[in-house]
Amino acid sequence: MSCRTSTADPVPRADAAFLAAYEQLEQRDAMAPSWLVALRRAGNAHFGELGFPTTEDEEWRFTNVAPIAALPTHSAVKRDVGFDELERFTFGQMPVHRLVFVDGCFSSKLSSPDLGNEALEIYSLKIAMLSGVDWVRKHLGKYARTDENAFVALNTSMLEDGAAIRIKSKQRITLPIHLLFVSTSDQAGATSHPRVLILAERGCDAHILESYESLTEGSTLTNAVTEIAMEEESRLEHCRLQQESTKSYHVGTVQAHQSRSSNLVTHSISMGAKIARVNINPVLNAEGCECVMNGLYVVDGDQLVDHHTAIHHAKPRCNSHEFYHGILDGKAQGVFNGKIFVRPEAQKTDAKQTNRNLLLSDEASIQTKPQLEIFADDVKCTHGATVGQLQEEAVFYLRARGIGKEAARRMLVHAFASDIINRISIEPVRAELDQIMFDLFEREPGE
Amino acid sequence: MSTSTETIEQFVNREYQYGFVTDVESDAAPRGLSEDTVRLISRKKGEPEFLLEWRLKAYRYWLTMKEPVWPNVHYPKIDYQNIIYYSAPKQKTDGPKSLDEVDPKLIETYKKLGIPLREQERLAGVAVDAVFDSVSVATTFKGKLGELGIIFCSFSEAVKEHPELIKKYLGSVVPYTDNFFAALNSAVYSDGSFCFIPKGVKCPMELSTYFRINAVDTGQFERTLIVAEEGSTVSYLEGCTAPRRDTNQLHAAVVEIVAMDRAEVKYSTVQNWYPGDEMGRGGIYNFVTKRGLCKGVASKISWTQVETGSAITWKYPSVILKGDQSVGEFYSVALTTNYQQADTGTKMVHIGKNTKSTIISKGISAGRGQNSYRGQVKVMRSASGSRNFSQCDSLLLGDKCGAHTFPYLEVKNTSSTVEHEASTSKIGEDQIFYCRQRGLSTQDAINMIVNGYCKEVFRQLPMEFAVEAQKLLGVSLEGSVG
Repeated sequence: MSCRTSTADPVPRADAAFLAAYEQLEQRDAMAPSWLVALRRAGNAHFGELGFPTTEDEEWRFTNVAPIAALPTHSAVKRDVGFDELERFTFGQMPVHRLVFVDGCFSSKLSSPDLGNEALEIYSLKIAMLSGVDWVRKHLGKYARTDENAFVALNTSMLEDGAAIRIKSKQRITLPIHLLFVSTSDQAGATSHPRVLILAERGCDAHILESYESLTEGSTLTNAVTEIAMEEESRLEHCRLQQESTKSYHVGTVQAHQSRSSNLVTHSISMGAKIARVNINPVLNAEGCECVMNGLYVVDGDQLVDHHTAIHHAKPRCNSHEFYHGILDGKAQGVFNGKIFVRPEAQKTDAKQTNRNLLLSDEASIQTKPQLEIFADDVKCTHGATVGQLQEEAVFYLRARGIGKEAARRMLVHAFASDIINRISIEPVRAELDQIMFDLFEREPGE
Repeated sequence: MSTSTETIEQFVNREYQYGFVTDVESDAAPRGLSEDTVRLISRKKGEPEFLLEWRLKAYRYWLTMKEPVWPNVHYPKIDYQNIIYYSAPKQKTDGPKSLDEVDPKLIETYKKLGIPLREQERLAGVAVDAVFDSVSVATTFKGKLGELGIIFCSFSEAVKEHPELIKKYLGSVVPYTDNFFAALNSAVYSDGSFCFIPKGVKCPMELSTYFRINAVDTGQFERTLIVAEEGSTVSYLEGCTAPRRDTNQLHAAVVEIVAMDRAEVKYSTVQNWYPGDEMGRGGIYNFVTKRGLCKGVASKISWTQVETGSAITWKYPSVILKGDQSVGEFYSVALTTNYQQADTGTKMVHIGKNTKSTIISKGISAGRGQNSYRGQVKVMRSASGSRNFSQCDSLLLGDKCGAHTFPYLEVKNTSSTVEHEASTSKIGEDQIFYCRQRGLSTQDAINMIVNGYCKEVFRQLPMEFAVEAQKLLGVSLEGSVG
């Protein structure tokens, strides 16, 4: 942050449209409770200070967000979406608690009819905020910091709708909770800032799927923030699937806060968007936490996909495991930055991180930066990163069994992707993603 | 655990062994930096016009630059106007022709450091170009090397006798526009070493330079240039110690290496400058730019460093692999104790086809030391079939130190393979237990494990240096974990 030169230039700021959008929201939404107004205001102030990051900023060195800053941001024009249009995003109509958001706004018509039960509270964030649900007010904006990341600040300043989910103490939710965010606009700059708040109470167990989809090809912007608060001994699987159109822009942040002996598994699957940036930051804030982070990015054409993960080991005896795979074709660019921070008191930390990348074309490129920052001495931390081709031995093994070279290669690329997909426990999602990977990589041309 | 606390304390309280100041009158330039200072340095050294011009260009460019803030080190702002940029030991004659003419006090200094020049001349088979502050005082074995056509002399001598080589290669690997400290060095460098190995010659001995900083508040700006022509081989050694000081001293050196077709250059460093006292006061700021250019086909440049000194180290010996099949290597052991900070690593830029690079970095942090590995492996589109292997391990001794790893891997073609591995750990209790069970004392066990941990790097050092390096680590690390 300190790298940015503060110039008092007279030209209007590149992000003026975004600041103006905030002003409009403040005027339009006169009903907002005072705490929400204060929260938005703080977000806006920080966004005003930070501005959109430049490539001089180490965190954004390889991802130039100038095209995002230049977007004529506006809320999408309301459009009536029928359920038939969304059917292909439902994983074969798998039984779930489903919330659907059309351009960031909750649609009760498209969502499951009976949301919530004695084990589970699910609200549209808008309703929860307006009706002043206690726990929403208590937790919202407490984890995702607005003073570090301009996009989180921007999301907070535009906080209007999204989902609020509370899994009650000791409850085991068998049906996955599916949050489906669709962008419908083909207008450049149609923007949504969805916000998700998940409160996993003591000893609960749940699976949450967030999927981001587009109905049309437009230069839309989705700037999502998810806050996860995990109480003691809670277990949560969080799957984030991003397949927006390859003309759109997607920025997402997942901020998780873990309490004692909680267990978080996150998956981030990125296939869409022209520029996609995902930040996943779990804070292991008590003893005995476990965190597993899986990720897969598959991009082609002129796509850019950027994953920044930061695991904060703040307390002793926590484990974290991270596995990210990337497959890049065409002129696609991949960026991976995985940070592991081990604070002085976090003794007996066990942290592992692996990032592997396959380049399928000479014009694709990858920048990977696995980063360890360790301040405690009794720890086991490792990271590894590889970029390269398929293992010669593996290809040979298959060829020795009579499989053609091309077929062996395709099979191995598919397997490389499956390594991550197989870690998803929600069966229909896993099956569908595996099919997508099969079609992309293994299916013989013309089959 | 009591042993460990005790030994950590011993280790933390260890006095700098080479802390003394030789009382030599210095012929110094006034404090501060301006075009006049640059001109003064150039005039004092009797440099040709093109060099003065080059220095001035560098100075003017430096004025437009900002001090970098990205390294993971913290230090009070340096006042560049409060540094003496030139100081030469006062001499009775214009230049010593043999060791007898050298100021006896200087000789005394080297003796204290354990580098008796006269004995070394005969015994070790090492030609020493001893740099005391900023002017070379003695060069040995020159005649012997001269027979083979090898030029090994001080930089200022090279400027006088081989200006065409200087003109051709100076700044060809590290241009003055490269970075803040390289620009500063280009403007005010005082002296250094120059080495030229002609075509097909294998240098018969290890070339070595001992740097030493003396005279209060003197910035040291060394410039080293090594050119290895087609098919030649050379191994170059650099070792450093410095007297203790209370105010921080800036050291901004530049080392450039050019390797032509099938040439091999091996550059080894043992750095043990004054690291500051146990409260983190004083110590050397070591901001160095080292870079090698594998210009020719199948050329090879290898950096080996053992960094134990300096309050702050900021150094990334790099290799640009331009020639096809060229090879770059980097082996490093960096130790930080007390309040020392090190941000060191390497940069391997693969441009030529089938180029290979290896990075082995071993960081050891103790006390309140902060140790960062920062490395970049860049494989350009043209570098098809390239291969890189990186391994950077950190060892933490004590709970107040830190280890940081910042590797950047950038790959732009499909046929190259880049692998990076890193780990951070302490010496396992089970390892110690295993050794103790077999009758080793805890201290011996730790010594053995740490030495084993660094073995991969020490193995790369020439014999004399390997011994010195092991001694250095031995003193520092014996039994500092339990």
